[in-house]
Parts: sequence; structure tokens; C-alpha cells
Amino acid sequence: MSPPLLEVEGLTKHFPVTIALFPRRKTGWVKAVDGVDFTVDPGETLGVIGESGCGKTTTSKLILLQETPTGGAIRFDGKDIAALAGSELMRYRREVQVVFQDPYSSLSPRMRVGEIIAEPLQIHTALSRAEQQERVAEVLDLVGLRPEVAPLFPHEFSGGQRQRIAIARALVTNTRLIVLDEPVSALDVSIRAQIMNQLEELQFRLGVSYIFIGHDLATVAHISHRIAVMYLGEIVEMADAIELCAKPLHPYTQALFTAALPAHPDDKREKLAISGEVPSALSPPSGCRFHPRCPKAMPRCSVEPPTRREVAPGHIVACHLY
Amino acid sequence: MPPLLQVTSLETHYVSFGGARVVKAVDDVSFTVNEGETLGIVGESGCGKTTTCLSIVGLLPPGARIVGGQIEFAGKDLAQLRQSEMRRIRGAQIAMILQDPMASLNPLFSIYTQVAEPAYYHQSIRGRLLRQRVRQLLDAVRIPSPTQRMREYPHQMSGGMRQRIVGAIALAGGPRLIIADEPTTNLDVTIQAQYLDLLKELQQETGVAVIFVTHNLGIVARMCVKLAVMYAGKIVEAGAVRDLFNSPQHPYTKGLLGSMPKLGSKEPLFAIPGHPPDLASLPSGCAFHPRCAEAMARCSVEEPREVRVGGEWRARCWRAEPQYGQSLKDVDVAATVGS
Amino acid sequence: MVSLSPQTSTAAGAIGRRPIDWLGQFRGLPLLPLLILVPFVLVAAFADYIAPYDPTEPVAGMKIFTPPAWMQGGDIRVLLGTDFQGRDIVSRLIFGARVSLIVGVTGTVVAGSIGTLLGVLAGYLGGWVDQVVMRVTDAWLALPALVFAIFLATMLGPSMWNIVIILGAVYWTRYARVIRGEVLSLREREFVKLAEIAGASRARVIRRHIIPNVLNTAMVLASLTIGVVIIAEASLSFLGVGVPPPQPAWGSMLAEGRSTLLVGMWWLTILPGFCIMLVVLATQLLGDWLRIRLDPQLRNL
Repeated sequence: MSPPLLEVEGLTKHFPVTIALFPRRKTGWVKAVDGVDFTVDPGETLGVIGESGCGKTTTSKLILLQETPTGGAIRFDGKDIAALAGSELMRYRREVQVVFQDPYSSLSPRMRVGEIIAEPLQIHTALSRAEQQERVAEVLDLVGLRPEVAPLFPHEFSGGQRQRIAIARALVTNTRLIVLDEPVSALDVSIRAQIMNQLEELQFRLGVSYIFIGHDLATVAHISHRIAVMYLGEIVEMADAIELCAKPLHPYTQALFTAALPAHPDDKREKLAISGEVPSALSPPSGCRFHPRCPKAMPRCSVEPPTRREVAPGHIVACHLY
Repeated sequence: MPPLLQVTSLETHYVSFGGARVVKAVDDVSFTVNEGETLGIVGESGCGKTTTCLSIVGLLPPGARIVGGQIEFAGKDLAQLRQSEMRRIRGAQIAMILQDPMASLNPLFSIYTQVAEPAYYHQSIRGRLLRQRVRQLLDAVRIPSPTQRMREYPHQMSGGMRQRIVGAIALAGGPRLIIADEPTTNLDVTIQAQYLDLLKELQQETGVAVIFVTHNLGIVARMCVKLAVMYAGKIVEAGAVRDLFNSPQHPYTKGLLGSMPKLGSKEPLFAIPGHPPDLASLPSGCAFHPRCAEAMARCSVEEPREVRVGGEWRARCWRAEPQYGQSLKDVDVAATVGS
Repeated sequence: MVSLSPQTSTAAGAIGRRPIDWLGQFRGLPLLPLLILVPFVLVAAFADYIAPYDPTEPVAGMKIFTPPAWMQGGDIRVLLGTDFQGRDIVSRLIFGARVSLIVGVTGTVVAGSIGTLLGVLAGYLGGWVDQVVMRVTDAWLALPALVFAIFLATMLGPSMWNIVIILGAVYWTRYARVIRGEVLSLREREFVKLAEIAGASRARVIRRHIIPNVLNTAMVLASLTIGVVIIAEASLSFLGVGVPPPQPAWGSMLAEGRSTLLVGMWWLTILPGFCIMLVVLATQLLGDWLRIRLDPQLRNL
């Protein structure tokens, strides 16, 4: 079995909050990410699902080195990325890329599409202009666009096409891991399926890994091999996608499934068992963070935070029920 | 019983450059909403669903005009009314819930003021009765400790709560019809579920009719009994939700249904090729034909007319005509005739 | 394979006839400003060939203070009259156009370049660079522009190119402020973040992503401040610290004619004043057109 491509261990990020009112001063910590562990293998897709405040965006920023962790480690190919410098850092940047949600602001408006895609090549390689153009044509073809579109500007493309350009850019330097942050949420429904299919095909052909962050369970479950469910900065459940859909164990995961919209009017759906909103990350509840909203909470849950245990092969849950 | 809202052959155009450029945002749109019914209008960006709603409530932006058709509501043709008359209907008889709760609420006024306003103007309630009414409404939308919350301001509430308050404002005037335009797009999944549950309860309690405008077929599956699918300004298929989900007649409807990922299934998604057209430069014939898997030669030349599939079920497609051999599977025609 | 059918951009390209909007657009071009500016530019460029006489020498055989040709005492050979030294007003206006336009444009370019560069560096690099640049800007702005310009002019000595430098040095601050604001919001845009994540150096991000996207704003600002610079130059020349005589400049023509205005010799001041007004008006309208033209595109992004 090949070693994991990306290993995240005990990842923690706390943001300090200082409110300096004239005489008084209040400080606190927003525990955006609190002890997160997961791995991503080569050629696989890890789906990350959670609602606002769960820490998925902060986690992706940590992986992309846009924030530095307060604790824990992220290892790529076995090496701690916080310790990378110089050419090794450049190599990481070459092999790990990102695609954002909004296709309208991810492309530089005054640059031609060919230049946008070629930019990582210019930064990381010494390819000649002609070689760059060749590679650009290659990736344009890979994402289903004609190479002739390279001289055009982003505003001449539709949302779906722009997202393809963003994906092409993310692939141009033989990337090994792409972080996709809600890549299809801003697209029309009929385009979403196109992009999802394209992403799957690219993974099949190139062996690139994905971290697919989303809020729609059905979409994430469709493309991911494994799914991590996040709540208030922690991973509450992680399992193989099909296993998770068949047997969600954590009450929060179960709530997500209940809350998911049906695919057919006759789909039976139980009433949602949880109520209320996600509490603030400034002062998360004691013990298990989910206990105030949990329909199956026991007295123990408000006191003791649950530990993550593997209750079935590959299926990890953090809940006192197990 | 006469229908609550009957839209017939509605046409709304956006006119610019002194009449030289006309965009047919809504082109020959007809549908009916009965008392207490829920209708879903589904389509992607640019299909005309929002313009249709704005036409109904008379809130079209400058440059847009209703150029044809009727909007019959409670015995009046809304398309012909002046703004002063529309103001009496908006809020009192027809209310709207929009996508972004932060934009719908005025940050300067308290919750009380905003929820009370429709009741104040349309039902002329004052004083203690008004406060009671506001408390009642906040209760109905499940806002805890309403008396306290009344005095607070929008920025002190979460997104889900704000959207509930928007719902309370919509109900305050006692409307017979609520138009909800993408009401849950900005909400978290579990909050969305709670909100939709709430809307369903309110709808059953008060008997208000609801039009859901959305791009999400899942919402329609959950909340609506009738469905109209729009594309490039026209309704391409309309009928009972069950019928359209079981046996879609229009290739676009089929495509939309096929492109929805099903929970727990890894089956490849059906992707409609191409992208929604620019309304200013529509293809000839059927607007969908460049993307249609079942297109025939006729489709690029002639615009299809509406075919009655059964009862109130209709589809605007050459393929739906009997001679092209579309077989209807599992259609409960008797049930559709009754709606 | 998805075939490409790019969405038609709806900016230009109207179908059918459009009425001529005199203050606005005609076939996408700003009609009025160009009608004014193009002749001035051509005249200034070909001044040597167009001007009937040498602007610095009195016209042979003409009296001083000759009124324009259509007035009594006027002469068709000096169409708009002569000044207090008997020099042809038309020729002086033509060569004065050259001065005003050159100083106006180059002064604006200098001011714009300095201001834009400082604004970009302050906005993107932040930290102490931002603090330093902003404090300097604040201090500079506290000085009254024209007084400062006069001070510099007396220090450097009068000459056309000195004036260009001085005006550039005085008027860069408005660019720095505005551009910095643009850059602050641009910096958070996703395509900039993407470049940073891809490993681009800061210089690269500035060069390829920041600067091209602030050029629009810089251009609009520039077209709106050309007017200010032209008037500043005119003011300096009027006060005697601008372009030195005998080189003609509209501002100094105003100064020269000032004393005789009340005696009825209006053509010495009204004509150059009118020219200043026309050119500044045209650049302002052009700036407005540019702003409307370029802004919607920016807003779509």
C-alpha cells in the first residue's frame, strides 16, 4: 500500500479575538480548527462536509499555507510543510493547487486565458514560450475546451467554462493534490454535472487527489471515496463514502442526512431531530460540542469530550454512543 | 372554485437603447395557483423565473415592461393596475420572501417595527393588539423569547433566524399568496431543513398558497405539489410534481433530473452539454435544441407548441407530440385531471 | 467534449439605429470631447506649419493692440488681433496649445506614475511601507498645492520641463490614495490569492495581477486630473513663475492682457481663457466617458 500523499495530525488553529473597549479589554480564542486528523491517498478524493463555522475553510487555508497552524502538523510526502523553504516550498506549491467557489473572481480579468493557465509554468519551470503554449493546449483539451480559446479573456466565458479554466490552471504543473472549495456551488445545475464528471475523469486519467469541500451531501458523496464530517472545528465522523451513506453513526451526520433534500417527492424523510443553530466557535459547549443539539445526548456528553474511535474498518466516530 | 392566481400568456420584455434591443425575459408564460397550493418554478440563471415573480407583484426594474398577457388575482388583472393599487395588494394579499435575509431587513429598524409594519398598514392594527400580533407571528416562525427579540435588531440575529423573521413579515399582512424566491440558498443545510419544515407547517395552518422559485429540484420535491420548468423565458414543462419526476416529457426536465446526484449512488451523472443561452441571442426554433439529446431536424427550425400530455400536464416539445411516440409511464391521469 | 460558444459580450454592439447622444456616445466614441480635443492636438502638433507668424516676434507692419479682424480697426491678416507687443494672437494661441497640452499630459503622466506606483506598493506590501507612504501623502496633501508649486518653481527656476516635474511632484497624492484603496480590495480577490498559492513572488503578483487591474482607475483619474494640471500650469504662468516669456502660454497671455481688459481690449484675455476652458471641459467629459465605459466592466468581475 502506497504511503499517504497528505497527512494531517492534530491540526489546530485558534484565532485570537481582542475587543478593546475603552477601559475594558476582552480576549478570547476562536477555535476554528481543533485537533483534526486525516489522510489523503494518491488518486483518491476526500470529501469534507460541514456547515458554517465547522472549520473546513480554515483547514483548506492551512493546507495551502495561507495560515500557519497553532498546533499539530501537516505532512506532504512525509515532510512537514511548515518546515519547507526554498526549492522544497516551491515544489509544494507546484504540486498542491486550489480551485475556488466563485468562477467570476478566480481569473485575473486583464489576462488572457492562455496566460492565466501558463502562469504556474512560468513560476515553476523554465519552459520556453512555445513549450508553455503546448502544455496549455494540452490541459485545455483535458478539461474539454478547445485550445483556440487561449487568446480570449475571462469575461468572454460562462461560469462553467471559467471553472474549467480554473481547473486547467490547477493541473498544468502535474499537480498531485487539488483542494476544491465548493467548486460547483456557484454554477447552474446543468453545468454542475458537467464539471463533476470532468473532475472524475481527470482523476481517473491523471491520478490526481482531491480534497472536495462542500455543503451538499449528495454532491460530496458522489465524488468522494471517503468523507470527513466536521462540526465546530472537529471531525465527528469519517468513513468510506458508501459506508457513510449506508450507516451514518454520529447523530450530527444522521441529521445531515435527514436534512438533505429528497431526490423524489415520494422519498420518505423523518422529521429533523435537531434544532437550533451552530453555536459560536468562541465558546464551544463543554464536553462533546454537539451535545446541546443532540437528540441522543446523555449526561456524560456535557462533561467528557468523546474520543475518536474506529468502530468498523475505516469508519471513525467521535461519540459516546460508541 | 376559481383559482387564486391565473397567469395567462404573460410576456415581459427588457427594453434598452431606445427600443433597439429587446430581451424577452418572459415569453408566453401561463400557470395557475389554487388556494392553499404550492407551486414550484424551476430554472437556471437567466430563465426568467425571477422576472415572472417581479411581474406578478409589479416590482419590475426600470427598463422592463409587461407587454402582454394577464395576471388574474382575486378578480383583478394585476398587469393593468397602477402602482398605487398594487401597493394595496403587496404585503396584504401577496407577500414575497427573497434570497438574502440581510438585504431584506432594514438594519436601522428593530424587529418589532419591521414585523409590525404590514399589519399596521394593511390591517390597521394598533397599540396592544399590534404587539400581540407581532408576538404571535414570531411564535409562529418559532423565534424563542419573542418579547425580548422584538426589541433587537437584525445584526444581532443569525442567518437562519433572520430568514424566519422575513417569513414573519411576509405573514404579517395575512396574505393569500407568498412568493418565495430562493429562500434557502444562503442557509446551512440543517437550518434549511428546519426552515422548510416550518414553511410547510405554516402553509398547512394558514392555508396560504406558496410559489417556490428555485433552481433546486430537491426543494420542489419536498415542498410542492405542482411544478413548472422554465428555460429561456418559456415554460417548457408543467404539471404535478410526481408526474414530472416519474415521467418527464421534456428533454430539459429529463436532463435536470438526471444531473441530480442521488445520495449513496455512484452512478455517473447525466450532464446536459453546453450552457444556458443568452436571452439576447436565442437559437432559432426551440431554444433548447443545441443542447438537446433528442433534437430532430424540426427543432432547429420551428418553435414547438405546448402539447397537452394529460390533465394539466403540458410540455413544449416536438417529442411530446403523439406522433413521435413518447410513451407515458405510470401516469395517473385521473389524479392530474383533478388538480 | 464541450464546444466553445462564448457568451456574447453585451457592452457594445447595439442592434439598429441609435440616436446621436451629443454629450455621450456616437458609435461608442465620445463625440463632443473628441470634436474639441482632436483639433487642438493636431494644431499643437503641427504648430510650426499652421501658425501664420512667429509667435515671439511682432508682426511686421501691424500696430500693437490690433483688434480681431471682424472689429473696427481689425486686419484680416491678423485674424484675432495682436497683443501688447504686436505679436499675432492666433500664432500665440497655437503655440500656447502646444505648451498647455504637453505640460498637461506629461505632468499628469508623471504624477500618475509616481502616485500609482506608491499606491500599489503601499496597498499590496502593507506594513511599514504602507505607513510611510501614507504619512508622506498626508503631509503632502496638507500643503496647498499651488503655493507649493510656486515655491518649487522659484527654487528650480522657470522652464517648461521644470514645470512638468513640479506639477508631477505636486499632484501625485490623489493617485496614491485612490490606487491604494483599489489595491486593498484587489488584494483580497481570489485570483490574487491563487497567484500567491501558486508560488508567485510578490513582484510578480504586483506586475501581472495588481498593476493591470488598477490601470483602468489610473486612466480615469488621469483624464479627470489633466484639467487640473492644465489650469495649474496656466495659473503658474499667470503668476509669472511658469513657462518663461517669450514662449507663449495661455496662462501668461492671460497675465499680459489683464491690465488692458478694462480698457476694452478683451481679445487678449478672453481668447486664451476660452481655449483653456474648452480643453479642460473636453478632458473632463472624456474622463467621464472613460469612467462610465470602464467601470461597468470592472463591476462585472
